[in-house]
Amino acid sequence: MAESAPNLLTIRGVTKRFAVGDDEIEAPARVDVSIAAGEFVCMIGASGCGKSTLLRIVAGFEEPTVGSVTVRNKPVTGPGSDRGMVFQDYALFPWMTVRQNISFGPRQRHLPRAEVEAIAGEFVRLVGLERFADRYPSQLSGGMKQRVAIARVLANDAMILLMDEPFGALDALTREQLQRELLQIWARTGVTIIFVTHSVEEAVLLADRVLVMSAGPGRIENDLKIELARPRDVSSPEFNAVRRDVARRLTSHLAPVQAASH
Amino acid sequence: MSEQATALAEAIEPAATEAPRRRRRLQEKLTAIALGAGFPALLVVLWHFAVAYSGTRLIPSPWQVAVMMYDFSFGGVYDDAFSATILTHIWKSMTRVYGGFLMAALIGIPLGLLIGRIKPLRQLLDPTINVLRPIPVTAWLPLSMIFFGLGPNAAIFLVFLGAFYPILLNTTFGVRSVDVRLFEAASMLGCSGSAMFRQVVLPASLPSICNGLRVAHGFAWILIVVGEMTGVPTGLGSVIMDGRTLSRTDLVVTGMIVIGAMGFHHRSHHRGVV
Repeated sequence: MAESAPNLLTIRGVTKRFAVGDDEIEAPARVDVSIAAGEFVCMIGASGCGKSTLLRIVAGFEEPTVGSVTVRNKPVTGPGSDRGMVFQDYALFPWMTVRQNISFGPRQRHLPRAEVEAIAGEFVRLVGLERFADRYPSQLSGGMKQRVAIARVLANDAMILLMDEPFGALDALTREQLQRELLQIWARTGVTIIFVTHSVEEAVLLADRVLVMSAGPGRIENDLKIELARPRDVSSPEFNAVRRDVARRLTSHLAPVQAASH
Repeated sequence: MSEQATALAEAIEPAATEAPRRRRRLQEKLTAIALGAGFPALLVVLWHFAVAYSGTRLIPSPWQVAVMMYDFSFGGVYDDAFSATILTHIWKSMTRVYGGFLMAALIGIPLGLLIGRIKPLRQLLDPTINVLRPIPVTAWLPLSMIFFGLGPNAAIFLVFLGAFYPILLNTTFGVRSVDVRLFEAASMLGCSGSAMFRQVVLPASLPSICNGLRVAHGFAWILIVVGEMTGVPTGLGSVIMDGRTLSRTDLVVTGMIVIGAMGFHHRSHHRGVV
């Protein structure tokens, strides 16, 4: 489906320069990517390669030093409700209940109260938090908080879900469960997902496409299609072969950097 | 904790532990009251013996103060200018405290929110505030009497000044210590401008604002006494000042206790709100 769909998001020549002491580093550096509607793209790379910065540039929280980001051919100039970020540390509004957090976006659009309630109810159900809808974030586990964060973005009709190591702070069991649920949500809503992760396994499990980035300068070195059939079995030989391939490419970019830093 | 475990604990807890927990809480409360009230009682006993053994005439005994308090409240003992006037004095002091305090909150909170959020405004005002803030409010007394004359307005102005800085600074601090991600999250969900202030900045900094209000409340009661010592005929501060002029220390101590009780009342009331 990815091949036939028109490009939703285009990143063209995006570079962000940082001063580090007397040096200047570029992370990301001259990144060109096009992402089709409905694609699930994972970005993986060493810390410092600029993958999180790239995500923040797409979200509109930061501006690139050079280059442009367009969504449906319209340039990104700031945060907007067509793109929603899911942060690793959740960033839920602590004074609002689950339901109020989820209906925050629709409330900004001044929809009629009944419609806001209906949307909130729908997305509370989508992430399976009916019993916890009137709880506050401090009363939820990490996994539940992250579900709320996902629902909050989807309830706002975002076309692109930007996820910055969203499951990094969760225990292994909860992470697996949320990965499964995210795939179901993705299949059901058709939303486009850009997902930053440190885990090769997570990337291969989730993505249609894996972008492998190198650090110093932060470039996209490989753009790999993951052709494995879904649902994917992490213990199958095919899965392992792909995982090993991605891991090998990732470490081959890491090695020279480490050599240089010693 | 995983979701299942939370749900499980949720299901078991209320029925099994509700009753003992309530009993424990009641016990704790009684202990706190006994300890909290026991210590001042002990102090009163010490006070009584200290006055009795030293034979001083300058400090009233607790009994003399109790009599004065009765007369101040209900009259019928001394029947002088202070008999049965307690409510008038409390009322006058309260109107000034609340007048100054409310003004300070009405200006301090919005200004603090703006300073915390808008960098140029912070750069514009911060140095001035930092120079004005360390000046003790009492140092403004001569100028405030020139500005507002002898009377309640000078007292209200002092209360305003004393309450203004803690409210402003705590509000600014509250805004600045909000996780930046919350603002990012709000802006990506389509929230901006004044909606951002109402829906995110204000609630996110509310704990800190309440802290500022609580501190300001205390200052307001301290400063009302100073303000009322400058020649207003009524108010708890003027009662203490009159007691000094008339060498009636029982009246001075009575006034002090009433102010303490007012402050205590407000403190506990405020904790409930926060």
